[in-house]
Amino acid sequence: MAHESQALRQPLTSPRLRRWIVSVVLAAICCVWIYPLLWMVSASFKSNAMIFANEGLIPSQPTVENYVKAWDQANIGAYFFNTLFVTVGSVIIVTIASAMMGYVLGRRRFPGRALIFGLIIFTLFVPQGYTIIPVFDLLTRLGIGQSLWGVMLATSGGSFVIFVLLFAGYFSQMPNELEEAAKMDGVGFVKTFWYVMLPLSKPIVVTVVVMQTLYAWNDFLLPLVITLANPAIRTLSVGVYAFRGENFVDWGGMTAASTITIVPVVILFLFLQRYFIDGLAGAVKG
Amino acid sequence: MADIASPVPHTGATTRHPISLGARLWKSRIEYLFLVPGMLVFGAFILYPIVASQYFSLLQWSGFDANQTFIGLANYAELLGDKFFWDAFGRSFLFTVSTVPLQMLVSLVFAIILNNKLLKLSSLFRTLIFLPVVTPVAVIGIVMTIMLSPFNGPINMGLLDLKLLARPLDFLGDPKLVLWTLAGIYVWKWVGVTMVYWLAALQTVPAELYEAARLDGVKNWQMTLFVVLPMIMPFAIVIALISAISALNVFPLIQSMTQGGPFFATEVMEVYIFRNAFATAGAIPRLGYASAAGVFFGVAIMGLTILQILAVRHLRNRETANGA
Repeated sequence: MAHESQALRQPLTSPRLRRWIVSVVLAAICCVWIYPLLWMVSASFKSNAMIFANEGLIPSQPTVENYVKAWDQANIGAYFFNTLFVTVGSVIIVTIASAMMGYVLGRRRFPGRALIFGLIIFTLFVPQGYTIIPVFDLLTRLGIGQSLWGVMLATSGGSFVIFVLLFAGYFSQMPNELEEAAKMDGVGFVKTFWYVMLPLSKPIVVTVVVMQTLYAWNDFLLPLVITLANPAIRTLSVGVYAFRGENFVDWGGMTAASTITIVPVVILFLFLQRYFIDGLAGAVKG
Repeated sequence: MADIASPVPHTGATTRHPISLGARLWKSRIEYLFLVPGMLVFGAFILYPIVASQYFSLLQWSGFDANQTFIGLANYAELLGDKFFWDAFGRSFLFTVSTVPLQMLVSLVFAIILNNKLLKLSSLFRTLIFLPVVTPVAVIGIVMTIMLSPFNGPINMGLLDLKLLARPLDFLGDPKLVLWTLAGIYVWKWVGVTMVYWLAALQTVPAELYEAARLDGVKNWQMTLFVVLPMIMPFAIVIALISAISALNVFPLIQSMTQGGPFFATEVMEVYIFRNAFATAGAIPRLGYASAAGVFFGVAIMGLTILQILAVRHLRNRETANGA
């Protein structure tokens, strides 16, 4: 390597060597960075007696007993499906509603458009603590104050405004020719949106799906409030939190429950991360 | 992002004749139909709560099924005299001011290094740094309590082994330390998101620019400092704004780690609202009073946001004026 770089009259530390050094340093930082999570996964495969036995990350007598216990006794299995229900439902609602709204706001002119934009910008920075009481009150009046449907609907409001702006920005940059061509061919408004425009906005769709999934999966205040009186419909976040309150010495069970909680979102992110970053890049360009 | 509101090319034919509002509304009926699902979500869970909070803040109201009594501004008067309220208010801003710059700086460094396409493992590193983001706070609450434990917690053990500490620190039990501990955990958890924002911003720098700089013999760090950074600075404002707003929504982390304790040392605004509204065992819930705190806080944040946007706009206008 040294010969090569000398031949090219480059400095002694070739770019390749420097990249190696950077990689090694980064690898070390990342190990420290995710150590708490590694520790958690490792502890979930150990018996309670072994967790603090100072034996390193690889368990000497691995066991899945914690998982069995957490899934059945601590109801993590039920909480898992509650969370899945809320997340999938809210992702569907949010993606369709924000795409339609963003499309109309970004590409069409109609009376009231400026007013809606004004309201959106105005509400962009309202903290959740500000809205939790009326939201809960509204859900109670609608009769879904203690149901998963309530959690699903209210979770849809979480980052909705940002998603609408992402779609509006993306659609507003698309060339007019597409719609004009569709119009000439006699394709209606709804079909143009569904078959032409929506498929073209795939980067934003992926971004919205990932962001809403993360939001719904992680959401805490709202499900906590809604499930205060009804433990059966807890989501994973609230379930894990409650598990700790009820079994505060069962570290094995807790870490197993925690691991179950993070695995699905980690897998989702691994598959979609490239689209996610590209989608955001497309969005910020706008 | 605010630029989206500027006019878009008109797709239909423009009429010069004045037409009645009714006709214009009817002509846009499909547009309105498209807005219905979005406006339902927006209206019910974003707009209505903001309006309703203001009304609730004028009530004495002790529980969702209890009677509401109109008491005017009494809640606000009480708030202004409540030491716990002002402490929580200040703490929320202190938390934001201390986390946002750190978070932005650390994530920018990660993003610049990981933006290098020649770095083979860069996507693996990105994922690893992003892992805490996808980890629910309840989980982080559990893991970090163990990590930071003064009794055999790995972080204390590590610091003792490295001789950086003489005796273990009670990171979560010491009222003087605990807010900073939480700030550190917060930054660790959310740096991944900010890094993705920066990476997205870096993708807007054209690849030819790097190529040109390389051919001109410009060094990497010079390129980064004098070309790339100024180019992505406009994004910094948006990123700072988003990060600041997120830092004000720190409830989940604090509730799952310390519940505002010890001795109220980590009671930020949302924890204060939660404590008053959904009262912990025994106490009477005070929904009106908690709403008043929420409204006060929300208005303060909106005010600051508007100030920030105005300041940015002012700077931009001055720049364009100078450029012209």
